Amino acid sequence: MTTLDLNEATRRPFTGRRVRFGDVALQVVAGTAALAVTVLVGLIVWKVVDGARLSIATYGLHFVWRVAWNPVVGREVYGAGSFLFGTAITSLFALALATPLALGIALFLSELAPRGLRAPVTALVETLAAIPSVVIGLWGILVLGPALRTHIEGWLHSVFGFIPLFGDPSAAGASIFTAIIVLTIMILPIVSSISRELFLGVPHELKEGALALGTTRWEMVRGVVFPYARGGIAAALILGLGRAMGEAIAVTQVIGGGVFIHWSLFGQGDTLASKIASSYQGSTTNLSTSSLVYLGLILLVFSLLANVTAQWIVRRVARRHGVTRGGHA
Amino acid sequence: MSTTIEPTVRVETTRRQPMPPRERLETIFHVEGLDALYSGKAAIKDVTIDVYKNLVTAIIGPSGCGKSTFIRCFNRMNDLIPGFSQTGTIRYHGQDICASNIDPVAVRRNIGMVFQRPNPFPKSIYDNVAWGCRVLGMKDGLDERVERALTQAALWDEVKDRLKASGLSLSGGQQQRLCIARAIAVEPDVVLMDEPAASLDPIATQAIEQLMHELKSEYTFVIVTHNMQQAARVADMTAFFSISRGEEGKRFGELIEYDATEKIFTAPSDKRTEDYVTGRFG
Amino acid sequence: MSAQGLSGPGLRLDRLPRRRAVNRLMELLAWLAAAIAIAILGIVVYSVARKGWSELNLNLITKAPIPFSLTNAPQGLANAFAGSLVIVGLATAMALPVGILVAVYLNEFAPAAVRNGVGLILDVLNGVPAIVVGIFVFGLLVVGHGQNGFDGAFALACLMLPLVARATMEVLALVPNSLREASLGLGIPQWRTTLSIVLPQTVGGIVTGTVLAVARVAGETAPLLFTSSLVGTQTSWDPHHALQSIPVAIFELSESPDPADHARAWAAALVLLMFILFASLAGRWLATRSRAKMATR
Repeated sequence: MTTLDLNEATRRPFTGRRVRFGDVALQVVAGTAALAVTVLVGLIVWKVVDGARLSIATYGLHFVWRVAWNPVVGREVYGAGSFLFGTAITSLFALALATPLALGIALFLSELAPRGLRAPVTALVETLAAIPSVVIGLWGILVLGPALRTHIEGWLHSVFGFIPLFGDPSAAGASIFTAIIVLTIMILPIVSSISRELFLGVPHELKEGALALGTTRWEMVRGVVFPYARGGIAAALILGLGRAMGEAIAVTQVIGGGVFIHWSLFGQGDTLASKIASSYQGSTTNLSTSSLVYLGLILLVFSLLANVTAQWIVRRVARRHGVTRGGHA
Repeated sequence: MSTTIEPTVRVETTRRQPMPPRERLETIFHVEGLDALYSGKAAIKDVTIDVYKNLVTAIIGPSGCGKSTFIRCFNRMNDLIPGFSQTGTIRYHGQDICASNIDPVAVRRNIGMVFQRPNPFPKSIYDNVAWGCRVLGMKDGLDERVERALTQAALWDEVKDRLKASGLSLSGGQQQRLCIARAIAVEPDVVLMDEPAASLDPIATQAIEQLMHELKSEYTFVIVTHNMQQAARVADMTAFFSISRGEEGKRFGELIEYDATEKIFTAPSDKRTEDYVTGRFG
Repeated sequence: MSAQGLSGPGLRLDRLPRRRAVNRLMELLAWLAAAIAIAILGIVVYSVARKGWSELNLNLITKAPIPFSLTNAPQGLANAFAGSLVIVGLATAMALPVGILVAVYLNEFAPAAVRNGVGLILDVLNGVPAIVVGIFVFGLLVVGHGQNGFDGAFALACLMLPLVARATMEVLALVPNSLREASLGLGIPQWRTTLSIVLPQTVGGIVTGTVLAVARVAGETAPLLFTSSLVGTQTSWDPHHALQSIPVAIFELSESPDPADHARAWAAALVLLMFILFASLAGRWLATRSRAKMATR
């Protein structure tokens, strides 16, 4: 392989490489690490399926949509239905609230902000992502929840109470509504920072071409930036959704707990993740534990789906755009 | 996967019609004392020139003499570059379009631009042309507008059966003509062209030169070109820019000579012009 | 900005005022969105700071908790601070070498297919919710053996691993191939080249990635709920049995009805937040610094 090596030239044949023990050893050790990672992921999936086995055997697929959860011995029945509903409602509403905010922030940081503001504001938004979920949950349960209950829930109920979404305000601020706000705060930074990168990556010539026609900046964004970044934004939204679905701690702190499905956002409930977090330690029977793991399995499936879908979209978009990296506003 | 068909080749070269006499020419841009600076460093200095309506005016000169900077002053595109500043005036319809209280959006609405490298939008061919019209409020008769623009850009026959295809599926020359169609679809007053044929082959270049020739009765063209033969073929008036050295050895571009193309190429007044057009430098 | 348009015969200026107004509105909304994000950050940080400040004293770190205390005896969360240090430290010790080795393998040895495949697996691992990791480690290690600090550390290591591996891969890719070729050309074997020539170039990036990974897991609660949460009140540094940790302590205190517990939760949250913010900023600062150094090569 080398031709400049004077010491070895006489000993080494011209073609082929002498296999060195050091090379092999490093490759084996490093390769084992890579293998271990693969095995780890496989183990995770297997262990979760294994832990849910009892519940799967007992309830089968019906578990997924049955609305019931009674751990009382003698009358045990479990089902994921209400938690699936809770996960869906909280995550989707959070995504709906976070998306316009995140896109607005991304537009601000890529197009509108004066140069001096860009770096600090970007850093601040990313700092929001660094706040641990337990701290947000603490703030949620002691500050946000009561504030929402006092100022917003009451008003929404009195004005829009005819819509079933806005039922009676919660007792102390622990409600699905608070959980939605908390989740919005948590997924905002991810969606906004991915979108920001996407907007910065739109080729300068495209933007110039649009502006040269005499369009306003907003028209240019709507006509060129958004369509160009469309795929990536979809991926960002899906990643945000996945994050929202998987959040257990902050949600369980603020959501109040409950097994019923109802339409009012101000009522209590649980998501897949929050139910696991709240009930795992108090689980007494094998069946209840296994059912909680079954919830975890459903959650894992959805998370993996979201992740893989986002990756797939990113790869498709990269291929279509010829993987152009960089670019500035 | 793009099936591109090049236009039918016209063998004869473009023959410029003689310019109307000077007295009948109407000034569309009156530039006075224009300086353009990037982060304080002058790119062009003290340019004074009158651009005439319904003519093709070429800006020629060696690379780095500020031709692109100059032409981008006309539609305020330099505003997009951080650190850019300018002094002097450009009078258009009696108003100074360099003034800070003039909205660049309004300027660009009337003064369009075609860029050096084709930059069609990632939309269909139809939408590439129609988008500008839609956004700018020309929503009536879109189909006719699109057809007219593509016809004027000498692209209609090649794309009329596949208007829904992506604009990016066209060849380079076709993409540039699409960009021209896009620019003229919104019916500007002036079309600025920054080395429009720089990345194109000779046949595509010729198609674009033919275009300018046929459309100048409707629009005014200002074209930057590094190709002297192109200027000679296509332009009525030619402005020659060159690089000068100021105090402390700083280089900047300035307008050396501006006259009818014939005169610039056959009997230039300035020695620098003569050196350039005879190929002694640049 | 500018208000006047042009005016003149034959000029096209249709609907310009309305379009300008829409543009203005959108700009305002974007500014508003950014302001809201910063406001939220400010409110949360301010709340934590204001409520945690009063309870923030040395007792917090030095005294053990006294549950159901009816007296005003000084108490704190000493066990949680000690436990967090041990658990996060162990997690880093587990994740760092494996993460670096994976990155080395993928970047220096693996064929493209393997690199993409394992890269995908790393991304999948990154996307597994923390609570599922908790369930996993519980089923793998805790069942039948009881909780301990090692299990908690292992769970956090699973979360850190993809971050460390990705960060290392990125800096490894930045090392120019000419460096490797020069070393190999001198006769230095590949293993030596990788360990002595290539890796030292990446130390900055690895440190950055590790710091950011630590910032990420220092606040993780869910995995520790399953693996290291059934604890006593004495301060312990021994990972052979379950150790308390700050996030779990905050979690438990936040669920309590006692306002004194809440006060301690705020104080612990303040310390945790300060640590994480400091680590995140340090990580980001290190990242820009090492990127600048790389660029001047």
